[in-house]
Amino acid sequence: MQSKNPIQLNVVNQNLKVKKAVDREFQLPKNPPTKDYRKELFALEAAGEIEIIRVPEPFVEVDTKYGRKKKIPIEHTWHHKSCGQCGHIPGYSTSIYWLNREFGLDYYDPRDQTSCTAWNYYASAASNPAAQAAIACRNFAQAKIDGYFPLIHCGTSYGHYKEVRAQLLHFPELREQVRKILDRLGLPFVFPEEIVHYSEWVHVMRHRIAEKQTRDFSKVTATVHPACHYHKLISEDAIYDRDLYDGQRTAIVTGVVEALGAKVADYSTFHDCCGFGFRHILVSRDFSRSFATIRKIERMKIEADPDVTITHDTGCVTTLDKSQFSTQAHNRKVGIPVISDAQFAALAMGAHPYLVCQLHWHGVDNVPLLELMGIDHEKAWKEFEEVADKLQQDPEAFLTWEDV
Amino acid sequence: MQSIYKDAKYTEVPYEEKLSLFNEVKGDMRYSTELYGCYECGICVAACPSARFYDFSPRVFAQTMAREDVNSFYELLNDNVWDCSQCFSCTCCPRQNNPGGIITIMREVAVNNGLQSAKDALRAYSRIIYKVMTTGTQVSPDMLQPDFFPDWGPDVRDVSLNLDVWRRAIPPETLHTVELAWDVSEKTQLELYMIWKLTGNLEMIENVDEGLYMILEEVMEELLDEHGYDIDDFENILED
Repeated sequence: MQSKNPIQLNVVNQNLKVKKAVDREFQLPKNPPTKDYRKELFALEAAGEIEIIRVPEPFVEVDTKYGRKKKIPIEHTWHHKSCGQCGHIPGYSTSIYWLNREFGLDYYDPRDQTSCTAWNYYASAASNPAAQAAIACRNFAQAKIDGYFPLIHCGTSYGHYKEVRAQLLHFPELREQVRKILDRLGLPFVFPEEIVHYSEWVHVMRHRIAEKQTRDFSKVTATVHPACHYHKLISEDAIYDRDLYDGQRTAIVTGVVEALGAKVADYSTFHDCCGFGFRHILVSRDFSRSFATIRKIERMKIEADPDVTITHDTGCVTTLDKSQFSTQAHNRKVGIPVISDAQFAALAMGAHPYLVCQLHWHGVDNVPLLELMGIDHEKAWKEFEEVADKLQQDPEAFLTWEDV
Repeated sequence: MQSIYKDAKYTEVPYEEKLSLFNEVKGDMRYSTELYGCYECGICVAACPSARFYDFSPRVFAQTMAREDVNSFYELLNDNVWDCSQCFSCTCCPRQNNPGGIITIMREVAVNNGLQSAKDALRAYSRIIYKVMTTGTQVSPDMLQPDFFPDWGPDVRDVSLNLDVWRRAIPPETLHTVELAWDVSEKTQLELYMIWKLTGNLEMIENVDEGLYMILEEVMEELLDEHGYDIDDFENILED
């Protein structure tokens, strides 16, 4: 039977005090919904369970998602490399080092480092929390021994190490297992005060990078893709800024692109994943390719028509870039070069597009982008080929930092 | 409880076997921090990349586990669990659920128990596991072969043809490698092998790929032996 007084739908109640979106002011929560992991880490240290590696000075403090401050070190950094970057996009890691060198900063590129192995873990599950935490802590112990603070190059490693931190804080039995393993290895049980991603370093360095900018990027329109493992997996560590997206989205990457004078163009699937999928990008690429091109690249192309898309993770650069080639056969709207924020920043400061940024390892044609940046790509490629020819003649020779 | 799937595939599998696997997932220390209930709001599905291209739903995982629907759990464990992208977009859940985290645990249980579906999912993946477990770096420059990545375009062929010279034409010394993503020291590889042994990771591999397990054990035994260690001294501490 129909009620005599049905609830009225789609009727505006004039008594409700609802502010229009444009009049609303974003307020941070008074009480963050998560515990402060630093307090918990220091409590474990005070209890003698673990030693915390402090963020070295000089550092810059930034706001994170819930309004807490995070320290980002400027130098004395132990560069925790990414296997996908070093293996398949070597200009990515090289650009990070090049920026450090241009600023004369003290850093360390260790050989005593494994990957986090999390790409494999998220792909195959052929591991377990004890192994994953032990691998993280082995790397951190080595950073401590080397006298540097870990700076994580990979978004997956960054996300995974935040997960490892949460598990170590939450489960005493896991700490006990990791302690036993590190004892067998003769290593100290240490953990960094902050898990810091290299893109956070780029973000806090953005104005210094802009001061040393030699190329004009004002003609460049860029879209930004933030990595899921940066701002979704344990989201509280991610940098947010009231001046960028009104603090409603992470400020990472967008901050540096704007600081370098390029135009950031928005698109509707900003929050979507790239489609990497860990196992999918290697053995089920039909999925990665479809998602990357249909949900990301094509939306960017239709809505923003950018000259480049800038991201800050191994998997995102790989998936968004490499997925575009075969999609052309289906007449999809693709053809956007994909590079990292570090490569973008290095190019702004005058880095060589091939000897430093190694853009020949990327799939999508980036020549139109280089032309917009005012780079003579033909001359630059000739210079690279001359170097390659010399190396071809001498199998023992390598390109060095002094050469570039 | 009947499975939610009218076309359930695994009705012949004894309930006790399914229940045992379900309890293994529930018994994982992480489980209590991954699932708190479910509003059925579907926010996780809207955020999920896999839901757009597969018959896959993080909400179904949360619902099935919360309702303790053992029969549907077994269907998911075999037929859906490998579709997840592990991007954790689903952590936007208003109940603080982590469906992706539940799936991580389910996958581990599938591997630990050597389920055929896990073996099938990982068959093409064994060379990646070999690479990361033996070298400490998951992908290497020499993997960029046109026959493995034909869909990535002609650049892969160019890289493959010029690999040795192009790797030496990169400034950082640690990147002058072809078989590893970077130059990992032998000391560090040794420590990694010890971690795999101490955490029972080789036994996990044995459950899904015995051939790969034998190769891994041989490689690790050789390096440990070279450095005066006996591989049998590194027993699985998780069994204590």
